[in-house]
Amino acid sequence: MTELLAKPPLRRLLITIAVVAVIELMTGPPGSNTAPTAGFKGSFAEHASFFGLFRTQRWVLFLFLALVGWGIVMVWMTNGPRVRVTLNKWLVVPRKFTSTRPVRWGVLGALLVVAVLLPHIINSPFWQAAMVEQIAVYVLLAIGLNVVVGFAGLLDLGYVAFYLIGAYTAAWVTGALPLPPLFNHALNPFWAIPIAIALVMITGILLGAPTLRLRGDYLAIVTLGFGEIVTIFANNLYGITDGSLGSKLIPHPSIHLGPLKYVWGLKPVPYYYLALGFVVLFLIVFSLLEHSRVGRAWTAIREDEVAAESVGINPLKYKVMAFAIGAASAGFAGVLTASQSNFIFPSSFTLTFSINILVLVILGGMGSIAGVVLGAILIQTVTEWLNNGQHWGYQPSDLYIYLGALLIVMMIFRPAGLIPSKRRKREILLSEADHENSHMDEVLLGDDT
Amino acid sequence: MGAFGHYLLAHLDTLKHEFWALFVGGVANGLLYGMIAVGYTLVYGVLRLINFAHSEIFMAGGFAGYFVMKALVGASAPSAFASVGLIVLGIVAGGVAGAVMAALLERVAYRTLRRRNAPRLAYLISAIGASYFLFNLAGKEFGHIAVSTPQPYINHAVFHIFGAPVLMYYIIILIAGVIMFIALDRLVAKTRLGRGIRAVAQDAETASLMGVNIDRTIAITFIVGGALGGAAGFLFAMGTGVVYTMGFVPALKAFTAAVLGGIGNLRGAMIGGLILGVFEGLCVVFVQAAYIDVVAFGILVLVLLVRPTGILGERLGRSA
Repeated sequence: MTELLAKPPLRRLLITIAVVAVIELMTGPPGSNTAPTAGFKGSFAEHASFFGLFRTQRWVLFLFLALVGWGIVMVWMTNGPRVRVTLNKWLVVPRKFTSTRPVRWGVLGALLVVAVLLPHIINSPFWQAAMVEQIAVYVLLAIGLNVVVGFAGLLDLGYVAFYLIGAYTAAWVTGALPLPPLFNHALNPFWAIPIAIALVMITGILLGAPTLRLRGDYLAIVTLGFGEIVTIFANNLYGITDGSLGSKLIPHPSIHLGPLKYVWGLKPVPYYYLALGFVVLFLIVFSLLEHSRVGRAWTAIREDEVAAESVGINPLKYKVMAFAIGAASAGFAGVLTASQSNFIFPSSFTLTFSINILVLVILGGMGSIAGVVLGAILIQTVTEWLNNGQHWGYQPSDLYIYLGALLIVMMIFRPAGLIPSKRRKREILLSEADHENSHMDEVLLGDDT
Repeated sequence: MGAFGHYLLAHLDTLKHEFWALFVGGVANGLLYGMIAVGYTLVYGVLRLINFAHSEIFMAGGFAGYFVMKALVGASAPSAFASVGLIVLGIVAGGVAGAVMAALLERVAYRTLRRRNAPRLAYLISAIGASYFLFNLAGKEFGHIAVSTPQPYINHAVFHIFGAPVLMYYIIILIAGVIMFIALDRLVAKTRLGRGIRAVAQDAETASLMGVNIDRTIAITFIVGGALGGAAGFLFAMGTGVVYTMGFVPALKAFTAAVLGGIGNLRGAMIGGLILGVFEGLCVVFVQAAYIDVVAFGILVLVLLVRPTGILGERLGRSA
């Protein structure tokens, strides 16, 4: 029996069935504490139709899908490498073409034009609002977190804290908090943008200077706690933040500079352009940084901190820089959210939010700016589509199940992300190649591969 | 200064009156933290990684125990004999659920990456993903609202120390905790399995040359830590009830306890748990309840910055 199970085809079949059963459970109906088995029963026994083709119990349908999936896996296992080689042969010419400078600039320009025209193409008010609140804000957060996680290789699980501080800064300078604003003079949220960015960068330095000496996993847990603490304070300091009541009556931003007068109102599209402007600004700054001395220092620290230190790089200095610079875009995103929606509640800045942003970075590809932007747009669009209307019994609380599963799947199958950064990909491949060359590790692995 | 002095004096007076009651509660909490912390410490010992999904092992134990109690505890209070039986059954159910969860976790989120020799960051991310997946799935299957566990005992004061009542619940935690700790300590110090765990913790490559099956040892380490974490989950659930997010805060505190005692060090995890539990219990006098988590976390940061090896030091595999 065990020998039979150890045979690759049967093993893969069992794994496929197990994975499909988990997917069944994830997508099935919910249970409750009074009927804990209802969800399980429903997930397997409930009837479902396969794109209207045939109607059967879910377990039959999913077993069918598992078998199909297994077939694909088996074919891929024998023919995959060959297909990959052929594909690469075909892709060499287009890759050479797309990697030339004029083509890249052309593509970037075309994407910018599309981004500018997008609100005029999409007329649905739902999607116009989603483009600001759900996509632009998340893109800003993802590219910021990418500086910390992707460039410098520091796992920050409390990134939401910077977003919260940005949002509360907007409320503070406009006089919407019990805490009186600077010089007792309420400002326009537009001026909150530089103040918020400066403030989150200072917070980043203050948090980073003591904690960034710690090893990677300790840092993750400390930043996680930091995110929680900031939320606890925002939730309880009634004299400063109005506590759990949240801050209301944050005005919309406006500009009054001589002849230049503009007021952002209730409509989402003007906010979209404001956000787009800042996204482009941050993208330019971050990609210039990536290819500068600082970016190379980050890479060096990420790959081998001791080696980096031995060639004269001060790891702490560059890590703190990454923290502060990465926080900047979150600070702006906070101001944008606060001033557009007029109100903020501490309960919307949770750890879940930090993880959500982390998923965007991981899916796109740590350290790859294009990948992260794509990942953020992709996930947020799908999420909004799922939230907007009924789709296969999806409920908003299910989202985090899928995101959690996505993190595991990405780490197992494509750790460098959808559009890997070249450096990252090489790092991972090198570490795995090292592994194959070492005889000792084969011993460590055992023989049940 | 005067105002602060008055504040301090007034609170010190409260502390004097409440000390023993808070102390007893703190010890019980501390034992629970210690039981969870053991899971972090064991895994850290063999893999040098923090198991970010340990909170969900704790939650699995809590839910398993909850469902067993819900099925078996009737409306009337059980007899003393039945009470003991039910509690043992709950602990076993919690422990088994925790162990199974830990084994699955190791298989899916850790071993697949270990095969590829993935960078450390990948383990952290896959464990965080597993944690999110698990507790949100639990929320979907068992509902998103908190419920209290039917109690298989009468929670009266059994005796008093210095006028402070010692509740039945605390006695149960004390007995269960002490038994489990002694058993674990002996397991790691005296058995062949424990020797394997210690050998892998000291030097995995050499241990494998000496005939220790690394994969198996790592899996068993997860299972042992998971069993204790799951049992702690049930004990916690008896007092506080269950909800899908129940693992987060106790696990964060248990991690603090593990670091406080010296991560990788079993006795350190226990001592760290007790110190944190008592300290936190006494802090109730000085700070609002909402900030208790901030205090625990402040301790973590302080320990990491001032003495990252903890009170007893990192004694990976040296002895128990």
